Amino acid sequence: MKEVVQGHADTWDLVIEPRSGVFDINFTDLWRYRDLLWLLVKRDFVSFYKQTILGPLWFFIQPFFTTVIYVFIFGSLAGLKTDGLPGPLFYMTNVVAWNYFSDCLLKTSTVFKDNANIFGKVYFPRLIMPLSIVVSNMVRFAVQLLLLFLTIAYYIIFKDYHLQLNAYFLLFPLIIILMAMLGLGAGMLISALTTKYRDLTFLVTFGVQLLMYVTPVIYPLSSAPQKYKGFIALNPLSPIMEGMRLGLLGKGDFSFHSLLYSVIATLVILFTGIVVFNKVEKTFVDTV
Amino acid sequence: MNNVIEVSHLSKIYRLGEIGTGTISQDLQRWVAKMRGKEDPFLKIGEANDRSQKGETDIVYSLRDMNFTIGQGEAVGVIGRNGAGKSTLLKILSRVTSPTTGKIKIKGRIASLLEVGTGFHPELTGKENIYLNGAILGMRKKEIDRKFDQIVDFSGVERYIDTPVKRYSSGMYVRLAFAVAAHLESEILIVDEVLAVGDADFQSKCLGKMKDVSHDQGRTVLFVSHNLASVRALCERSMLLQNGQLTSMGASGSIINEYLDSGKSLAVKDTFKIVENDIFRWTDLRIENNQKTQILTINDELTLRFEVFFKQDIPGIAYEFYLYDKAETMVFMSFTHTLRMVEGNHVIECKIPKNILNDQAYSLTVGISKDYKYFIAKLEHIIRFELENYFDEYGWQGEIPGVIRPKCSWALNDKAI
Repeated sequence: MKEVVQGHADTWDLVIEPRSGVFDINFTDLWRYRDLLWLLVKRDFVSFYKQTILGPLWFFIQPFFTTVIYVFIFGSLAGLKTDGLPGPLFYMTNVVAWNYFSDCLLKTSTVFKDNANIFGKVYFPRLIMPLSIVVSNMVRFAVQLLLLFLTIAYYIIFKDYHLQLNAYFLLFPLIIILMAMLGLGAGMLISALTTKYRDLTFLVTFGVQLLMYVTPVIYPLSSAPQKYKGFIALNPLSPIMEGMRLGLLGKGDFSFHSLLYSVIATLVILFTGIVVFNKVEKTFVDTV
Repeated sequence: MNNVIEVSHLSKIYRLGEIGTGTISQDLQRWVAKMRGKEDPFLKIGEANDRSQKGETDIVYSLRDMNFTIGQGEAVGVIGRNGAGKSTLLKILSRVTSPTTGKIKIKGRIASLLEVGTGFHPELTGKENIYLNGAILGMRKKEIDRKFDQIVDFSGVERYIDTPVKRYSSGMYVRLAFAVAAHLESEILIVDEVLAVGDADFQSKCLGKMKDVSHDQGRTVLFVSHNLASVRALCERSMLLQNGQLTSMGASGSIINEYLDSGKSLAVKDTFKIVENDIFRWTDLRIENNQKTQILTINDELTLRFEVFFKQDIPGIAYEFYLYDKAETMVFMSFTHTLRMVEGNHVIECKIPKNILNDQAYSLTVGISKDYKYFIAKLEHIIRFELENYFDEYGWQGEIPGVIRPKCSWALNDKAI
């Protein structure tokens, strides 16, 4: 029997070993499970509005009312500047974009905890789970963009708002992908760490809230006080938010330098996230 | 024969106790050791996983230096007591967790069923869940499309296929879940006791499917079960795990016998603590079979044995016990006359006849009462034991339902059969 084994030494399909390379993602495996990704996204959607009366309308309700509240509190009460843009447009763009990022981050950050049941029983490339979160949130984001476009159209037709379409609109896909990657990377990093140190779970929810205030979401970067501006610009999300507003609404404090910075920061975070995630996924079942 | 699974020097350690806040310092120590190119300092102090003994460290080997090979088309049973490492082995083989040391080489696609219905979402319909569950288990969508009708047919829940599974009865749920799993197309299948589900009719269907998979389709099956009769029927070879180590591997029959004879020690003693009051001291309580082996089977006459010491002469003492099944429904009770106990040591024994209980878990509440009026000591569910069935004369391998399983005599035309 032994000789047979040695004769076929090279033909093993799978070798399970304790440790593996730092950045070893089995892409063929990931590709083989692409149907699962799609089905998980579908699951998220179908289960979201089952047994609700308003159904998919819920995708609109949340950003709509958040915008109304922001316009009232930050616009009317606090009198924050909106870069010369109409308040509702300014806030809705930011709310929709910020929601996408924060949903990606928060949902990804609990991926091990939420799926401990499944992960403990079946193998599939764990990366599928966070990817499915990002994709299903992206679909949701797309639906909410529709609301945003309708609002913009409303402003153009009824309020004589003059939209300055510009070439930065072409950056839009890149900016969305950047946001997704950033949310995914940071989320995976946190999810991996929370399997051992649960304290982080508490930190994350309110950390994301705080992060919003150091990101140009309720104010434009241009109206940030000069001495904090540098600090806020360090946030890789700032160029993303500003660039997005520049492309969609024609106003934003944006440069390609800052975008490049954002791209590099995002790649570093994503890479670290994947490395840590990969390391933890192999044994997290024992600690969670 | 071609080997499709080859396991060498496989070990897995676990840290006992609380894992979390206190581990940063250990993590740092481990990291420092690694930087200096030394061995993990916490690995060296591991010890065998014997849960009846309190260890010196909080690191145990759940699996220790395991080596074996499995050939193509073999059906291999894995047996051992709870905590022997069976589940850990399966988890590592199915890549749910990673080994601490060692290597496993696998040829072909591997699919594991550690549970049926993993990832079922209650809000989704039966159909949607078939697709989702199938994909989680590693099937491609096209593959599921192709087998969809077979799966529905096998599950027998056709009428409800467009109903959310949260409206399913538990039986229907399990049928659907097993149906998906049964249609996996992999060269190696790992199964963990999922057969003990559904009604008897469905169980025999599942077992039939399992036999199909291994005998006719020539796929390799690794089967973990407490039901020794089904291991015997399904697997030519078996391996016995004890305290995380592979003690032996060979023909199922002899391995099962070895398992049943293993550890000539007393059956149950871990939960009993000495009870003492002004009147008496309860020094021991145990349940055992006549051979005093660790494993009790349904064919064993069981002896419930009390050891008591009375500090004074006292009349009106009665001994009693209540037997419960795993749902804590009382199966029956038994008690003595009121007795006059004299000062000194006494041993009270009660024999529970063989072939009356079923192969499942039971618990015993034991009491000593005075004048049938009040208890001078009563220990609730003090003994929990499990009976096994390793040979079934009818060739039936599934679970036999029922709280008890007395041996009844049958006759055909006045002749006993």
